[in-house]
Amino acid sequence: MSATQVIYTLWLREMKWFVRGKSRLISSLIQPFLWLAIMGIGMSAAFNIPGFLQFMVPGVIGMTLIFSSMMSGVSVLWDKQFGFMKEILVAPVSRTHVMLGKALGGMTVSMLQGMLLLLAAGLLVGVWPPSIIAFIQVLAFMALISLGFVSAGLAFASKIEDPIAFPVVMNFIIMPLFFLSGAFFPIGTAPDWMRAIAHANPLMYGVDGIRGAISGTSNLPIMTANFPILIDFGILSVFCAAMILLGGYLFRKISA
Amino acid sequence: MKAKYAIETRGLTKKFGNLVAVDRVNLKINDGELFGLLGPNGAGKTTLTHMLSTILQPTGGTARVAGFDIHDDPDNVRAAIGIVFQEFSLDNRLTGRENLDFHGRMYGMPKAQREERIKEVLKIVGLTNRADALVQTYSGGMKRRLEIARGLMHYPKILFLDEPTLGLDAQTRRVVWEQVKSLNEVEKITIILTTHYIEEADYLCHRVGIIDNGKIVALDKPEALKDKLKGDIVSIKVAEPKKLVAILRKSRIVKEAKIVRDGLHLQVDNGGKALPKLIDIIRSHGGQVLEASLSRPTLEDVFIKYTGKAIREEGPESGARRPFGMGGPWGR
Repeated sequence: MSATQVIYTLWLREMKWFVRGKSRLISSLIQPFLWLAIMGIGMSAAFNIPGFLQFMVPGVIGMTLIFSSMMSGVSVLWDKQFGFMKEILVAPVSRTHVMLGKALGGMTVSMLQGMLLLLAAGLLVGVWPPSIIAFIQVLAFMALISLGFVSAGLAFASKIEDPIAFPVVMNFIIMPLFFLSGAFFPIGTAPDWMRAIAHANPLMYGVDGIRGAISGTSNLPIMTANFPILIDFGILSVFCAAMILLGGYLFRKISA
Repeated sequence: MKAKYAIETRGLTKKFGNLVAVDRVNLKINDGELFGLLGPNGAGKTTLTHMLSTILQPTGGTARVAGFDIHDDPDNVRAAIGIVFQEFSLDNRLTGRENLDFHGRMYGMPKAQREERIKEVLKIVGLTNRADALVQTYSGGMKRRLEIARGLMHYPKILFLDEPTLGLDAQTRRVVWEQVKSLNEVEKITIILTTHYIEEADYLCHRVGIIDNGKIVALDKPEALKDKLKGDIVSIKVAEPKKLVAILRKSRIVKEAKIVRDGLHLQVDNGGKALPKLIDIIRSHGGQVLEASLSRPTLEDVFIKYTGKAIREEGPESGARRPFGMGGPWGR
């Protein structure tokens, strides 16, 4: 049984779920615009700092991606709850491929949201990657953030049995990651201890990378990335790979 | 590979901590057989089925399924078997056809073969005209039939049905029974069926293994199992069973006499003729017959003989004796 066919089968099912869950579909497509409007426009109006809107866009992208990605793991809990997991587990296929199929499904949904947000940022507030290369860089960071946190969500989901507890636990983990990611305030000016924690936060490298790509030739102090783009990319890639391995490992241990 | 048996287990054991769910089971199931595992809830039926379908690791012993070892060759075992789980395991957000298509893809079937086979299995279970409705709109019976269809998708040699009619109404149960029977007879599939419904095992199965506390306590054709309980049983409710049992044991027509909760169970050859004679004997000794009934052995009696308890739907704790005169007279 070929790996691609298994991965595609699982991915296809996630897509059907996404398209058929009308309320989820609509809210997840509208949510990015709301974030941008409320967080971006509202906050930049409150703090009269040059380039604040430009600063906020990568943060709002990071926030959308981490929420959507981590939460997508809940499909595993529903599969366990409704017994469909048994159908998956008894099939003569690799569990790692099952996990990859689900991860790519969750990633596709997150990426779709991320791209809508990017589009909204361009159309509504005029923040746009300055070049094709910068655009590709932004997409690459979005893909790594999505895949990494979807895999993390799947790893948690393989260990949690209660579908009601799952979003609570995820929020508990997402909130500190999000607030210490440099999404809403620059990490560079934060106290040392907070900077130390932020440097252990994978989302920080994602937001920093997107910011670096979007800022382009901008010389506004607030848009200065903390790290060179390759460092951000490298660290985020390591995180992403580690989460895929962890998720794949924990999926092999799932029992129905 | 041509296997000697569809399933052969040797000392198959599963322990959960201190609890021995399946205890050194040795079982041989023939090719083409419709085999029943009969036992109360918690007897180890599902655990045994899950080990044979490789989704649960045994803690001891081994088994060959369709000629493949469950330890060494789990992927080949999985490809050779179909399984219908006790609880529903469908995706409610997909249509019936999509559930079958998912299954076909997972078992590596190419597109043309999948489409062809989906038509076939839908026809077998009679769901062709509901195939494109979402499963969440299906009734319990339709879901069960769709699961049977799914179990057949990849042309399995062996089909496991774990309590296939649990929770279905009497009419739907009949429909499922007829389909199971025809799968075995027409499609020549070996079927392993677990159930705690005596009449289901009696009606469907070529051979029945009675399982209790993880052990196979009896195994034979349903008729042969019943024949082992020779004769009929007369149940008599009397005021002083202890005094009368000694007297009745001396009688030549009584082969065996037992005191049960509030009366006597007497094993006799011809119940109809023996009953008036027994009443005469009791009266002549000053006893009074309050109630009397006659029963022929059922598979349930076989079950009670081997396990010491009646089979119940409520669960493993409910091994309580049934009311006097309601059957089950072989109770210890």
